[in-house]
Amino acid sequence: MMSFNALIVVALGYVVFLFLIAFLAERRAAHGHSNWLTSPLIYTLSLSIYCTAWTFYGAVGYAARSGLEFVTIYLGPTLVMVGWWWILRRLVRIGRAQRITSIADLVSSRFGKSTQLGMIVTIISVIAATPYIALQLQSVTLSFAVFAQSEGVSWDQPDFIATGMWVAIGLAVFTIIFGTRNLDANERHHGVVIAIAVEAVVKLCALVAVGVFVVWGVAGGPGEMLHRIDESEIVLWNQDGGRWISLIFLSGAALLCLPRMFQVLVVENADERHLHIASWAFPLYLFMMSLFVVPIAVVGLDLLPPGSNPDLFVLTVPLSEGRDGLAVLSFLGGFSSATSMVIVATIALATMVSNHIVVPIWLSLQGNQHATMSGDVRHVILLARRLSVVGILMLGFLYYRISGGGTALAAIGLISFTGAVQILPAMIGGIFWRGATGVGAAAGLITGLAIWMWTLFLPSFGTDAIISQIVLENGLFGVSWLRPQALFGVNGLDPLVHGILWSMLLNTGVFVVCSLLTFPAPLERLQGAQFVNVFEHSNAAPAWSGAATGAEDLLIMAQRIMGSKEAQALFTQEAARQGKAGYLPEVTPDFIEQLERVLAGSVGAATSHAMIGQLIGGSSVSVEDLIAVADEAAQILEYSNRLEAKSQEQERTARALRAANDKLTALSIQKDAFLSQISHELRTPMTSIRSFSDILRDGDMNENEQERYAGIIHDEAVRLTRLLDDLLDLSVLENGQVELREQTGQLSDLLDRAVRAAGMHDGVLDVKRDHETEQLTLITDLDRLTQVFINLIANARKYCDAGEPELVISVCRDDDGYAVDFTDNGSGIAPENQELIFEKFSRVADGSKAGGAGLGLAICREVMHRLGGEVTYVPQPRGAAFRVRLPQVTVAGALEET
Amino acid sequence: MSRKPTPPVFLQRASYRQRRIRDAAKLMPFLGIILLAIPLAWPSGEGEEVIGSEGLLYVFGVWVVLIVLTALLSNLMHADASLSSKDTPDQ
Repeated sequence: MMSFNALIVVALGYVVFLFLIAFLAERRAAHGHSNWLTSPLIYTLSLSIYCTAWTFYGAVGYAARSGLEFVTIYLGPTLVMVGWWWILRRLVRIGRAQRITSIADLVSSRFGKSTQLGMIVTIISVIAATPYIALQLQSVTLSFAVFAQSEGVSWDQPDFIATGMWVAIGLAVFTIIFGTRNLDANERHHGVVIAIAVEAVVKLCALVAVGVFVVWGVAGGPGEMLHRIDESEIVLWNQDGGRWISLIFLSGAALLCLPRMFQVLVVENADERHLHIASWAFPLYLFMMSLFVVPIAVVGLDLLPPGSNPDLFVLTVPLSEGRDGLAVLSFLGGFSSATSMVIVATIALATMVSNHIVVPIWLSLQGNQHATMSGDVRHVILLARRLSVVGILMLGFLYYRISGGGTALAAIGLISFTGAVQILPAMIGGIFWRGATGVGAAAGLITGLAIWMWTLFLPSFGTDAIISQIVLENGLFGVSWLRPQALFGVNGLDPLVHGILWSMLLNTGVFVVCSLLTFPAPLERLQGAQFVNVFEHSNAAPAWSGAATGAEDLLIMAQRIMGSKEAQALFTQEAARQGKAGYLPEVTPDFIEQLERVLAGSVGAATSHAMIGQLIGGSSVSVEDLIAVADEAAQILEYSNRLEAKSQEQERTARALRAANDKLTALSIQKDAFLSQISHELRTPMTSIRSFSDILRDGDMNENEQERYAGIIHDEAVRLTRLLDDLLDLSVLENGQVELREQTGQLSDLLDRAVRAAGMHDGVLDVKRDHETEQLTLITDLDRLTQVFINLIANARKYCDAGEPELVISVCRDDDGYAVDFTDNGSGIAPENQELIFEKFSRVADGSKAGGAGLGLAICREVMHRLGGEVTYVPQPRGAAFRVRLPQVTVAGALEET
Repeated sequence: MSRKPTPPVFLQRASYRQRRIRDAAKLMPFLGIILLAIPLAWPSGEGEEVIGSEGLLYVFGVWVVLIVLTALLSNLMHADASLSSKDTPDQ
């Protein structure tokens, strides 16, 4: 039999070994060899602090009492891990983006960096964790007692208390040394993490070793084991479904909400990819931890005398079989479970207490001369954290002492879970719902806390301890609806299920309703958007504006929190980024934002925000600031819109200029061509006039010849005159010197005249008209209008190149008034010439055919312009069409005629 | 001013496969809940048909299935895809 003293030596040796490993890990990390320290394996193993001594020892007892129900405690976390994509991935990303230091920090940061919320969450967590820590102390002392008793020494209450105290002191020392060495929670506690990982391996090995011994050593193989399970008195499935579902939910939620689990899952997470591995590796760990629980329970019940404590079967079964080595291993497993849980829980809680209770109170006590003037904040925070460690362990120890370590304590594990889970609605609501407000979260948390206290926590001390038997049976003030275990008259539920149901329902309900009714503060809305949309934009919106503080003040404050080297490095880096020498950068909102994040890694978002707020002066974000930001953005947007519009306008102008230039170039070419043409035109008649007049002057010819030559001279002179008339006419029109003589007449008469004048009698062109529609009375200069018609008809006659030329003259009416279309069936005018045909001197066809000087259409356009109408070319699929829009005033009397 | 580039409607075969693997990963907890709700229908108490070791085997069997499937999915999932800060809306 192994002596008790030897066990003490083994336990101390194990503790020294843990110290050593933690120390070495810190050293390696300090030298930069931290690769293997941040592997997914270590991450997964560190999650194993979920399996505490309560589960290490208690699971077997649980199985002996309630059968399969014990697995619910592991199945909930398995489901959460397996569904990591939904919640854990988001939490880890938020934790990294916002430098979250604890679950209280998460909630406070989400709801506008609120100090009050941080306090509420911290208080809930401390109340919920205290009995749990007491439970761990109890487990360790009980396991010591088992060995003492096996030596024949019976322990009394003082022995238990003394052992519990020494364990608590040892844990406090370890936690202070390795857990509060550095301030920045984001720098991670390598020593602690590695010690926990080693402990995780030890406890798994211990439980598996005991299990293997039981299955193969005692029962004689898996088949035999299953047979024994069927034969045993344990009822595997005997419960109502409510408990099964509730406990799976409860343990799954606890994985997310327990401060210590949040610490290892989110805060100590070095790489999001570790979640990929942990998503199956951690369930596998849980699976291994629970695989042998039922066999150990069954064999324990068989082997040990009736009345033995099933909670200690893991120890007593090997001892009763004389396997001392196995028993010691199992003792170390239980010891590991208890210590690793307490260490991490204490670190997590101490961080919360110091960041969300001590420092805010200290800051407010400092008054307004604030962080720059007072002493080293860094020391204050570290001291606060160390004192918190001691305080929390002391609370746990006191609870253990007061409760007497009896069986009442064993039942408190699940009640403690329920307390921690009250944070769930605020947390899940906060990361998925932008409408969640701080007021809602606070109201929900307080409601949940109150109901949990009333229905589960206070009754857990036993009847008449705090709640009297009378109140338990008749309700508070005799109101039966306020009975702790039958709220609102709901009878017959399991007390735990009852407590979970009501606390979660009312907590969530109050949270949602208050969130719907209240309006969040500006900073809350900013944070809400960042939390909910963490995957869309991981960088923060500017929260600080109008920074009216010196970089020096900020540096002094940062040095006091981060340490001077780190702070100076940060400031120098920022200065270099801004292109400044030295270590004092411009105080930009961006920089303040960044500094706040870094400080938040040390003291939590709320405190860091408050400290910077003190320096910058008052609140950081007001509605006015937000409006200003929005205005600024709107102004920038408008300005850039204007710029864009302007550049579009310039582009349009440039396009028009280019077009005009092209046109001018073409015109200039045409003009040159025309000048040579017109000199030719003038020269040809002149030449014939001169030569024929020479012949006439010489005489010596008969009458006939004389008459013919004179006729030629006359014709040529007429042609010259016509050309000059045209030029003159156009010049008069263009100068606006023309006088209009208004007359009244019928459109059909005008067209008759035009057709006749254009020389249609030779039948070259077939003119088609619709006399019905032409019955319009016009009041305008009829001669000028007729001139336009004649010109258009003559053009058609001249240029229409169809085999059987025909011209359709039609009158149409549209919104703007009446128009006359002249459409022929020739080949029309090429698109590149359509622009030019109304210009002076322009001639599309070659000059020989035209016989004119290219002034006709130019004159038409000028005339119509004077008359108040217009003539345009209308592109047609076949043939050319000119539209003469009649002047507005000319439609008078049209109705009487039709 | 700059309009958000609209994500493509159809994906390459490889990224399509990744999307479906993520879908499967998202469904895992629901599969677990359904499988673990089955014991609710078991007869309880100490009657004739009391559930013995086969109940134990069922629960642990479901557990193994969940672990194996999750391990499979997380191995198939490209770490980079889920790490990229741009989490495009799932389609």
